[in-house]
Amino acid sequence: MIYRESGQFKTSYRADQAIFPIPQDRYALFALLAFAFIAVPLGANDYWLGSILIPFLILSLAALGLNILTGYCGQLSLGSAAFMAVGAYAAYNFQLRLPELPLLLDFLLAGLVAAAVGIVFGVPSLRIKGFYLAVATLAAQFFIEWALTKFGWFSNHSASGVISPQPMTILGYTLTTQADKYLLVLGIVSVLALLAKNLVRSATGRAWMAVRDMDVAAEVIGIRILHTKLLAFAVSSFYCGVAGALWAFAYLGTVDAQAFDLNRSFQILFMVIIGGVGSILGSFLGAAFIVLLPILLNLLGHLFGGAVRQDVLSNLELITFGALIIFFLIVEPHGLARLWQITKEKLRLWPFPH
Amino acid sequence: MTMRKTLLAIGLAIGLSPAAFADGEQFIPMTSYRVGPYAAGGTGVFGGFIDYINLINARDGGVGGVKLTYSECETEYKTDRAVECYERLKGEGPSGASMFNFVATGPVYALLERSVTDKIPLVSIGYGRADAADGRVFPYVFPLMTTYWSQNTAKIRFIGSREGGMDKLKGKKIVNLYHDSAYGKETLPILEAQAKKYGFSLVSIPVPAPGNEQQAQWLQIRRERPDWVILRGWGIMNPTAIQQAARVGFPRDHMVGVWWAGAEEDVIPAGDAAKGYIAAGLNPAGDQFPAVQQIKELLYKTGKGNMNDPARVGSIYYNRGIVHGVLNVEAIKVAQDKFGHRPLSGEEVRWGLEHLNLTHERLKELGVDGLLPPMKTSCLDHEGQAPVIFSQWDGRKWNVISEHVDTDQALVRPLVEESAAKYAAEKGIKPRDCSQEM
Repeated sequence: MIYRESGQFKTSYRADQAIFPIPQDRYALFALLAFAFIAVPLGANDYWLGSILIPFLILSLAALGLNILTGYCGQLSLGSAAFMAVGAYAAYNFQLRLPELPLLLDFLLAGLVAAAVGIVFGVPSLRIKGFYLAVATLAAQFFIEWALTKFGWFSNHSASGVISPQPMTILGYTLTTQADKYLLVLGIVSVLALLAKNLVRSATGRAWMAVRDMDVAAEVIGIRILHTKLLAFAVSSFYCGVAGALWAFAYLGTVDAQAFDLNRSFQILFMVIIGGVGSILGSFLGAAFIVLLPILLNLLGHLFGGAVRQDVLSNLELITFGALIIFFLIVEPHGLARLWQITKEKLRLWPFPH
Repeated sequence: MTMRKTLLAIGLAIGLSPAAFADGEQFIPMTSYRVGPYAAGGTGVFGGFIDYINLINARDGGVGGVKLTYSECETEYKTDRAVECYERLKGEGPSGASMFNFVATGPVYALLERSVTDKIPLVSIGYGRADAADGRVFPYVFPLMTTYWSQNTAKIRFIGSREGGMDKLKGKKIVNLYHDSAYGKETLPILEAQAKKYGFSLVSIPVPAPGNEQQAQWLQIRRERPDWVILRGWGIMNPTAIQQAARVGFPRDHMVGVWWAGAEEDVIPAGDAAKGYIAAGLNPAGDQFPAVQQIKELLYKTGKGNMNDPARVGSIYYNRGIVHGVLNVEAIKVAQDKFGHRPLSGEEVRWGLEHLNLTHERLKELGVDGLLPPMKTSCLDHEGQAPVIFSQWDGRKWNVISEHVDTDQALVRPLVEESAAKYAAEKGIKPRDCSQEM
């Protein structure tokens, strides 16, 4: 009923290959974007914008980056947070040393620096695979965190190593309110998500998937493995780098290597696994699950306010969170995105399934 | 939990429910961390803090007739969660949040600018930004008692007194074993300045986080044969260092830890090896203080205590929570004396924090004399220059082994002002003129 496609005919290749071939999807996305760009900044308060939506969007971007590498190209990585750190420190240093650079170009360059570092740490992927590669990318996590605290140049010789980034200025306008920052983050995330969606539908994306499914076969049909894998590392690190720069500038307001520790890498990996490996939508769903659920549980816990001891409550939150992860992985091992896909399939047939 | 305890808890919930705010209440946000790797510290400090707030309500009916309320928010010691908690709690209560105590350095940095916009003080007792002691540049940040830099100078003075005078430090060798992180490196410049001033040689040895692997470092220490080892550790690094010291035969009574390395939780895992180990502290351990006794009497006897394990009442971390409570409540009281007995805004509480004057007499009145030293803040000095005490572990408990050791402000203050001025220049802040402040 809702998803009825009868009467929708595609008369050109162009229409058939559209990014969202079903009009319902297209309209829903437009409505969502309009809601996010117009209604949310008008209606939501600072708490929602600054503490819920901005971190959710930024971590979605990081998850998207990892999903390109792990979900589409099949290369497991535990270094996402390190590439975020590279992006954050690069953005800070570009602003510090070249203050005339516009902010958006600065973020772009930060992403490119992260991409370059990503390529370096992606080189072992040519020889090692699977879990062994994950261990190799751990080296990136430890090395980068160490290098950023070890060499004072990166943090401009700050005594504590925690630095406050410069204010964000675009065309002379300084972004101060949470709504400004939210719109900046939303804009960047929307553009990059659209790019990613198109990228994975292109020849590059198909090459990634071929390598993921069987790299020997991919090589036989003429895909350059070296090129493809390193490109995946570069694109993935670019996304993580931009996410890191946004995390430091638009959310935390500090550039701090400890904000990008191994736990953050795990968090991003879990977002991909819970959300759906190899799915753009899954990155967002996964980020929502991992970022928002603990906060929701904490708020729900306060409804009991005092009936349970606070230390018990805090541990209960973690237990519930863990149980929900297990529950979703059992119900749908392919992630939340797959659940949504199944729902959509059912809606297309409803109310007359075969 | 027995039936009676459950009923009591529910009864308490109705009575103390953080959601039920009424007029005439002063709200203090509790950004606690009760899970995760630092839960041992978090449960202790926030347990003591909350117990003290409840004591003030139960014994005095609040401050100046205004009842204190609080609401907890779990940060897991993560900066991003702490920022979320800040935004969630800053507007609660009839007059908003009084002040934030994160007991973590990350959020203090992250919220530095937001707290000025929101006009809510950030109190960091014994941690946080050292240069924030300059109140002209940082009007809303209060690194009360001692910063890391100040504490470090007290440590060198303590070592000097043990050697029989500061002039005896000449030619001595001190190893600074530090956690290889921003936190660990923070005292390097101040140590180098002191090495130059007193003529001791300084060897700084980093320990990679988390610090459970220290064989190479202790072999190096054995080769260096230092007279003293300063342990700037954190978490698992502390008991490991103490055990390794025992293994290479370095005397533990020549190891001095920072206050993050001086709680029961840091030495008990090291077992007998920890006997004799010395640590700096903001506060001694022990439950002999009248305020702590009253908490036991009024709260724990009736099952209203916050600690799950009442045996921890009087431990180092718990008493640090009491110190947090005392300073917070006193700031509210000082501010009330000026602005009237009503719920105060963050801006008004800020005035109170800037005019703290805890004398021996006042501390006696509060029943905490000896638990924290006398101190006094001002517009210029947001630290209060509290002296440091040193305690030694005897295998069962911490014993105070020193008088109050003053910090070396002649050395620290110029560095603080230099660093603060640099920050002000970077951010385009015009420092306040303290002679114009009331």
